[in-house]
Amino acid sequence: MNAAAVASAGAAARPRRRARSRRKAVRETLFYLAAAIVVLIALFPFYWILRTSLESSAQVAAGVGGRNGVIPGHLSFSAYTAIFRQQHFLTPLINSVIVALATTVLTVITGSLAGYALARMNLRGGGAILAFILLAGFFPPLAMIGPLFLLFRDLGILDSIYPLILVYCVYTMPITTWLLKNFFEQIPRELEEAALVDGASRLQTLRRVIIPVAVPGVFTAAILSFILAWNDFIFAVSFLRTQSNFTAPLSIVTFGESQFQVFYNLIDAAVVIISIPIALLVLLAQRRIVSGLTAGSFR
Amino acid sequence: MADQLSTRRILPRGHRPAAGRRAATDRRLGYALVAPAVIVLLAITAYPIVANVWNSFHFDNLSFGALPHRFVGVDNYGKMFSSAQWLAALERTLGFTVVTIVVDIAAALGLAVMLNRKFVGRGVVRASILVPWAVPTVVSALLWKTMFDPRAGFVDYFLGGIHPAWSSLTWLNASVWRSWAVIFIADSWKNIPFVAIILLAGLQVIPTEVYEAARIDGATGWRAFRRVTLPLLKPALVVALIFRTLQALLVFDVVFIMTGGGPGTSTETLSFFNFFTFIDSTDFGYGGAISVVLVLLALIVAGGYVRLFRTDQT
Repeated sequence: MNAAAVASAGAAARPRRRARSRRKAVRETLFYLAAAIVVLIALFPFYWILRTSLESSAQVAAGVGGRNGVIPGHLSFSAYTAIFRQQHFLTPLINSVIVALATTVLTVITGSLAGYALARMNLRGGGAILAFILLAGFFPPLAMIGPLFLLFRDLGILDSIYPLILVYCVYTMPITTWLLKNFFEQIPRELEEAALVDGASRLQTLRRVIIPVAVPGVFTAAILSFILAWNDFIFAVSFLRTQSNFTAPLSIVTFGESQFQVFYNLIDAAVVIISIPIALLVLLAQRRIVSGLTAGSFR
Repeated sequence: MADQLSTRRILPRGHRPAAGRRAATDRRLGYALVAPAVIVLLAITAYPIVANVWNSFHFDNLSFGALPHRFVGVDNYGKMFSSAQWLAALERTLGFTVVTIVVDIAAALGLAVMLNRKFVGRGVVRASILVPWAVPTVVSALLWKTMFDPRAGFVDYFLGGIHPAWSSLTWLNASVWRSWAVIFIADSWKNIPFVAIILLAGLQVIPTEVYEAARIDGATGWRAFRRVTLPLLKPALVVALIFRTLQALLVFDVVFIMTGGGPGTSTETLSFFNFFTFIDSTDFGYGGAISVVLVLLALIVAGGYVRLFRTDQT
């Protein structure tokens, strides 16, 4: 092969390589564009909610356009003061915090006990017990409300937030037990065997050795439980009757309704407030939530 | 087991080896540890289903409080299967479920493939899709209700920029199809991320060597995705399908908040109809029958998927 032939071959390869790299650049750009669109679809509605919540009722009535465009010309906190002063939004917020925290505590305690037993104690029928707990997570909530409505009515606790603590376990218990069972299985057996040999009882071992190691798993379970309990609407709307007993999601639905117009600034101010704790949890514990949702879901 | 029995026979009480004693107390302790979770779940799921079955064979309507709860045989079921409103709700729910599964699984698969790649800003994308999943359904429903409001929302504002006649379209409770479109968007926006996260986890357990082997065999791009990725993704797909199908089949709060079943009864779903029968009509016999069928439907769907994919694998 002489020098001229090598040179011409190199000249032919160069534009081909350049075309390939250009095609690659186009593909990369499209990929990032797609990613940006995903983020926009997920988050732009939240921007719009925040924007609407900062409008006065007059601005909402005037509609979008002119000075009330995508970026509002004038901000007003009147919607926030209105939902707390006139609509007494604080009471349902406190109700929701009580129920969600109580459900979380109840679920994490019972769920970690059950998860530990199912992971470590070779229970006869353990598989069936686990299957039942998981299956309960698929139970239609609407098939629960009728009989529970009658039961709570007979017990005189129909219009109260406290029975909800128990009912919300249908959302939280299956995922918590499953997640913690998987978590306990990953803790090396030698750890607790050493404690047992040293003469500690099972419960002491659980409390002193296992629980400290399991803290991350318990924490994940607690976050997921709180989110799931905080988000319920079905049971609240079925059982609660008095405004002062409402949970936050239920009370929002009754906001901003007037005979002539829906005041979206009031609704959206409340929407912003109940989304904040959830958004913070997601931002702070993103990894944990993802790993919790997918914990050994298919092996 | 046999070991324990023999030592128990030979050794006097109190002199059994610690291990044997521990195994016996362990089992009792194990059941005690599982008991609270199981009892709570039995109380809130098993009790209602038993009560629903019982009620469904009886007349039990609080609006006629003085009337006795007499046995009525299968009258409630007969009433349901011949009810035009129930049949229409069943049809709508099934239609909604099919469209939801097809669109959501496809979109979630795309998202999962995107997030399975390492790229700058992957954490940002993952965190931002988690937010719609994590917020309450009340939020997703009211948020999209705001977006599609002709005055307060951006949809008509932007559409008006394309065509002036679209600047004041009424979406909810005006046209049946537009109402369904908005319900579908609000529901999918909230639920696609969860499906995507499950599928992403499924993608991440596929070892990279498999793709390398496929590339050596000449399979790249779409062919590799269809021949290699999809079959290996099957377990994750089953989980995603079961979750998403049951969610769609039982859809309630989005509809309740966005349209209240309207216009007319044209967005009533099975769960909505059941809620209405229980809480507004206070008819617990008829409502019980509707609930029983709802549970059976959910069981058939879940069982169907498991069976479908199991026979496929062998």
